[in-house]
Amino acid sequence: MQGSIADSSQPITEATIAPTAIAHAHEAHPDFRVWGLLTFLISESLMFGGLFVTYLFLRGEAAVWPPEGTEVELLLPTINTIILVSSSFVIHLGDTAIKKNDLAGMRRWYWVTALMGATFLGGQAYEYYTLGYGLTTNIFSNCFYVMTGFHGLHVFIGLLLILGVLWRSRRSGHYGSHHHVGIEMAEIYWHFVDIIWIVLFSLIYILTLF
Amino acid sequence: MANIPVEALSGNRAQPYPGAPDNWKRFFSFSTDHKVIGIQYIVTSFVFFLVGGLFAMIIRGELITPEANLVDRTLYNAMFTMHGSVMLFLWSFPVLVGLANYLVPLMIGARDMAFPRLNAAAFWMVPVVGILMMSSFFVPGGPSQSGWWAYPPVSLQNPTGTLINGQVLWLLAVAISGVSSIMGAVNFVSTIFKLRAPGMTFFKMPVFVWTVLAAQIIQLFGLPALTAGAVMLLLDITTGTSFFRPESGGNPVLYQHFFWFYSHPAVYVLALPVFGVFSEILPVYARKPLFGYRVVAVSSLIITGLSAIVWVHHMYASGTPGWMRMLFMFTTMSISVPTGIKIFAWTATIFGGKLRLDTPMLFALAGVVNFVFAGITGIMLGSVPVDIHVNNTYFVVGHFHYVVYGTIVFGIYAAIYHWFPKMTGRMYYEGLGKVHFWLTWIGTTLNFLPMHPVGLMGMPRRVASYDPEFAFWNVLASLGGFLLGLSTLPFILNMVSSWIQGEQASHNPWRAIGLEWLIASPPPVENFEQLPIVVSEPYGYGKDEPLVSNLAELSESPE
Repeated sequence: MQGSIADSSQPITEATIAPTAIAHAHEAHPDFRVWGLLTFLISESLMFGGLFVTYLFLRGEAAVWPPEGTEVELLLPTINTIILVSSSFVIHLGDTAIKKNDLAGMRRWYWVTALMGATFLGGQAYEYYTLGYGLTTNIFSNCFYVMTGFHGLHVFIGLLLILGVLWRSRRSGHYGSHHHVGIEMAEIYWHFVDIIWIVLFSLIYILTLF
Repeated sequence: MANIPVEALSGNRAQPYPGAPDNWKRFFSFSTDHKVIGIQYIVTSFVFFLVGGLFAMIIRGELITPEANLVDRTLYNAMFTMHGSVMLFLWSFPVLVGLANYLVPLMIGARDMAFPRLNAAAFWMVPVVGILMMSSFFVPGGPSQSGWWAYPPVSLQNPTGTLINGQVLWLLAVAISGVSSIMGAVNFVSTIFKLRAPGMTFFKMPVFVWTVLAAQIIQLFGLPALTAGAVMLLLDITTGTSFFRPESGGNPVLYQHFFWFYSHPAVYVLALPVFGVFSEILPVYARKPLFGYRVVAVSSLIITGLSAIVWVHHMYASGTPGWMRMLFMFTTMSISVPTGIKIFAWTATIFGGKLRLDTPMLFALAGVVNFVFAGITGIMLGSVPVDIHVNNTYFVVGHFHYVVYGTIVFGIYAAIYHWFPKMTGRMYYEGLGKVHFWLTWIGTTLNFLPMHPVGLMGMPRRVASYDPEFAFWNVLASLGGFLLGLSTLPFILNMVSSWIQGEQASHNPWRAIGLEWLIASPPPVENFEQLPIVVSEPYGYGKDEPLVSNLAELSESPE
């Protein structure tokens, strides 16, 4: 290993390095933030992973799952799922718009996404209100409320990010076809929230059918 | 050349230049300079090291006699809980993050971390964690008494019935510490992947950077599991859910899985950067290249991978089925392969070298020796029959103190002495350093070696009173504990007095090879005038080849 030091490295001169380094300098900041967000989201998804594992483990131990009296509703959550999943496509239209320097288009699609997100949260709150059991009723309801509640918190944060983008976009020149990292990050976060929901919906709602 | 964004730099420029007369004030500001933050981490965590040490000495004071006659038993329980929690969450983790914060950008040739403001925010959570932990002494019922691992059902008990109790504060503190660590991990991983200097390929990075990367990846995948467990435990205590309450359908062993899925890898979060420190220091003081650099570097990532699949060896006695014990015994044993590679590489590095036994080298050598011993008892504990025999005894306590004190604290001391001239621009006093080393070495041996025989004889851990037949070993251990407390005094004296009036250090007092040694001591804000262009692998001792191709342009006035 030690002997290979001198011969393995190709001579690197300033001339070969400088152009890439300078080209890098212009794009550096945006890349870092998206990279950092992705690193964080991978980590965050493992936290949901922990909750999912708990759910599956407790489900495996129980004789009847969900226990009698704490069945889940299916119609409203399905509508909610359709709304949330389609909002991921809507937010992407906003991202496409800003890449074409269409600020008004971006604002329009982000407003629609925000509305869909708020509808999802409203639907979730209505579901909680009408279910007839609470957080501490039994071990299933523990899991149900913690998982959906924790996800709801993430939807809420995503909504705040989108509203933040909309607030900042009022200033002209803040976003453009070359400055839209904030828009992109809000979009990535929204997709993350969406993907988590698909897993969660499968575990809590679809799995109870079998 | 600048690949640090302008927005992030504006914060740095406001900081006084190191060496300015009032420069100590910047350590109390929301500085975004990675070097300032590194020192903030190191000093803050050292204060908590002293606090945790005080708790340890109270425990050892109680155990110097077989009867429980020094402190109230609830306070004794609080002492061992807080000792473990403070030493891990407020000393070992933050001090190593501090070292990494100071060194990684310098070693990879960057001007700062990828996210300087995130870095500062992550640091300022540490004092908050400390205040939350300490405030639990002032709530009804006192601090948490369930040990640093907070197993339910013990941790679910709330005898005083108040909502704000020691256990809740402990959980909040651990959760905030987790948030801070995740922020740090995102920052380190982004920095190492994205901010390496031109020519600094992965196999030109110093091993310390490799080990920090390996450790921070563990934080990214492990911490969320602990956080999920902690959230459920917090809900069980405060809102009455029953995730871990067996009487209403929950499962307390599930918590153990969550806890150890993080907290076993967490040991590697601490140990890996220390392995990196050994790999940096041994070549410098042996004047030889690190033996098997590439294998040593990659073995860190192998440890990261294996660390995720060994946690059940903490739960051999938790009703774990036989097949699971066998499986995890196998994975646990296989950890000794990458760690063994490192041990042999270090041995081969110093073998036949011209050793210079300065304080950093003494601490590093002793740390390696202690680690070999800890590794041997580790293999014993990894095998199910031995573990069942010594489960919950002082043998376990002795083993992991040889890891966390004998190896990790020794490595931290070695690193602080080695990079002290770089951080402060002053030399420390070698004589005081040697006194500190010998006190620490004797204290460690006297304190932790007797725990092994007494554990094999069957003395359980976490007890305030014990059978008189164990008294001899406990008296020895207590004397060693007080000696360790004493050993911090020459260290503090050395650090404070050298920083104030020590001899001026040159930019490279150890004649070491590395990017951080090519620039002034202490390095200026933003480190490099022009980014280094790295042309050779690290550790080129005994070879006549330059590390960078633009040495003259690195600093404004090269020495």
